Amino acid sequence: MSGKVKVATTSLAGCFGCHMSFLDIDERLIALSELVEFDRTPITDIKEVGPCDIGLIEGGVCNAENVEVLKEFRRNCRILVAMGACAINGGIPAMRNSFDLKECLEESYVHGVGVEDPQIPSDTEIPLLLNKVHPIHEVVKIDYFLPGCPPPADTIWTFFEQLLNNQPVEFTYRQIHYD
Amino acid sequence: MIRHFTLDGKKIPFREGQTIMEAAQDAGIYIPHLCYNPEFVPHGSCRVCTVKANGRIVASCTTPATEEMQVENETEELQGNRRELLQMLFVEGNHVCPGCEKSGACQLQAVAYYTGMLAPEFTYFYPMRTVDSSHPDVAIDYNRCILCELCVRASRDEDGKNIFSIDGRGINTHLTVNSASGKLGDTDFDVHDKAAQVCPVGAILPKHEGYNIPIGQRLYDRKPISVVGDVADHQEE
Ligand code: SF4
Ligand code: SF4
Repeated sequence: MSGKVKVATTSLAGCFGCHMSFLDIDERLIALSELVEFDRTPITDIKEVGPCDIGLIEGGVCNAENVEVLKEFRRNCRILVAMGACAINGGIPAMRNSFDLKECLEESYVHGVGVEDPQIPSDTEIPLLLNKVHPIHEVVKIDYFLPGCPPPADTIWTFFEQLLNNQPVEFTYRQIHYD
Repeated sequence: MIRHFTLDGKKIPFREGQTIMEAAQDAGIYIPHLCYNPEFVPHGSCRVCTVKANGRIVASCTTPATEEMQVENETEELQGNRRELLQMLFVEGNHVCPGCEKSGACQLQAVAYYTGMLAPEFTYFYPMRTVDSSHPDVAIDYNRCILCELCVRASRDEDGKNIFSIDGRGINTHLTVNSASGKLGDTDFDVHDKAAQVCPVGAILPKHEGYNIPIGQRLYDRKPISVVGDVADHQEE
């Protein structure tokens, strides 16, 4: 055992903005890498999540694969974190919840600008869309929430710093915003 | 004769007939609120201003202060109750802050920050609501209306136009516009009306100014609402 804290991250129905913000902790990444070891993340390109201490989830769930990955993370991570607005409330992707799924698909694939051979994709390789986009706490238990679109790098850093030092996680006023 | 009550252990003077909220505001003490605006008759519906007065849970905007009253405001218990009320308001509407023009200058957000709300945590309703952009200068996004009734009071009591009302019951309660079509464009509503200035959230929005003040430089981006006060007091900026 390396003694390092194992961290996994993933983006479900998100835009990778939260991951970009995570990378924005800049040179503190070096300090962090002394303390943690990354399991499945877009950074390591490991595809399957193994047993971990902390899992960071970006994005809500919009399709069957998202649900599967999220449950896999919950099974493997001791602490699961909703990172960013989409994980917390569905965010921008959840704006489609004001419409029927059929309406959304038709808008893109049938009536969309410049569409040729209009048809709704139905390849079995493509994960089925859920009727609505949901925040992740509606599917699994979440231990911590990091708001923001994306959460500021400082918020993410403070979270790690306090959690890894066994301190209660507390943020300053400027570290919390929903936009 | 100046009389006093106690708010979180501090002696607060009040005049006969003043509510707990009014006396606290005069003394420069913040009690969080959404549907309260000192310019209008209190409505007492959002319950965010709930305090404990002599051990009883009451809305501070409608409860008169009395001599020797012992009021609790900033306790862990009350902040927790407020946080849950706010969480319910968030899941009952469709609040996509990253896509909202009001973000950063929104009182719902600001009060939520003040109570330390990190996420709504309840199950989302995702109600089907509409946007009314029929008026040339003002849009109504019903997704964000929290039914505070301030536009109703402003239009009725100050503009003398009675353009808005709250209709329906329970979860079906909603804001309606007083015109045959139900559209704001078919009323004599004007962007300079008081009712256009009082919405604490991004439900009644002036058009054509959206992001004049960039996100990050807005009223509550730097300082908490307990310091800078209500957004309605800053509309002219
Ligand atoms: S009205 Fe306020 S809480 Fe609602 S989406 Fe807009 S900024 Fe967010
Ligand atoms: S539109 Fe705004 S002012 Fe009117 S009831 Fe809704 S939240 Fe209150």
